[in-house]
Amino acid sequence: MTIREVKDTIGARVICGEEYLDREVHTACGSDMMSDVLAFLKDQAVLLTGLCNPQVIRTAEMMDIICIVFVRGKKPDEMMIELANEKEIVLMETGHRMFSACGMLYEKGLRGGASY
Amino acid sequence: MSERDAIVFKYTVSDDDFTRAGEASSDVKRKLKQMNVSPEVIRKVSIAMYEGEINMVIHADGGEITVTLTPEEIIMELKDKGPGIADIEKAMQAGYSTAPENVRSLGFGAGMGLPNMKKYSDDMSIDTVIGVGTTVTMKVKMI
Repeated sequence: MTIREVKDTIGARVICGEEYLDREVHTACGSDMMSDVLAFLKDQAVLLTGLCNPQVIRTAEMMDIICIVFVRGKKPDEMMIELANEKEIVLMETGHRMFSACGMLYEKGLRGGASY
Repeated sequence: MSERDAIVFKYTVSDDDFTRAGEASSDVKRKLKQMNVSPEVIRKVSIAMYEGEINMVIHADGGEITVTLTPEEIIMELKDKGPGIADIEKAMQAGYSTAPENVRSLGFGAGMGLPNMKKYSDDMSIDTVIGVGTTVTMKVKMI
């Protein structure tokens, strides 16, 4: 599915990267622990997280994750948005909790991907 | 290409500025992309080095990173003057962590750092002395 479909499915608001919404997302990952995110290779993935600090953007950068969804209404600061813009990563926020947001995307056919 | 043609990048990881951790890995990733290194090699190098960089900030007040590129492999040497690793075998177990509780609220300290570094590198060695410091050397083969 596209990043736009992810956005529509969970009713998310785009914070930055509006121009990349038609990019294709192949897998997804939901975690607040960045080392868990780093443990499994994903292909053009979306990351759902309740963690909100610059290392979330860095982790996404290292993993080639193309979109980050902040759950439970977490809001990234200017520094994070700037970093995401620089790395062409889409940032979104949703009021849904992690479990619900992941469930909605799973229902639409998005999966967790294979281990390395 | 002889040994002296190797390309070397050096970085200083600052002591406790968690928000800046990862800048060195990010720079290496950018440089390798420019040099047309294969995406798989770039991803392995950047993830392994990023975990190492985070470790240096969490456990060791920063340190020095040297990245050496040869036609055969990329060698990352991460050198710190931290407390040293008391039990390497334990530290290598997934889930074992000595990181302070506040680090977990930052998304790290789950005991996956060293296991991830080993997983993404083709060869890893740890040279550690209690009270003196630790040097982790990781190698990723070029493909």
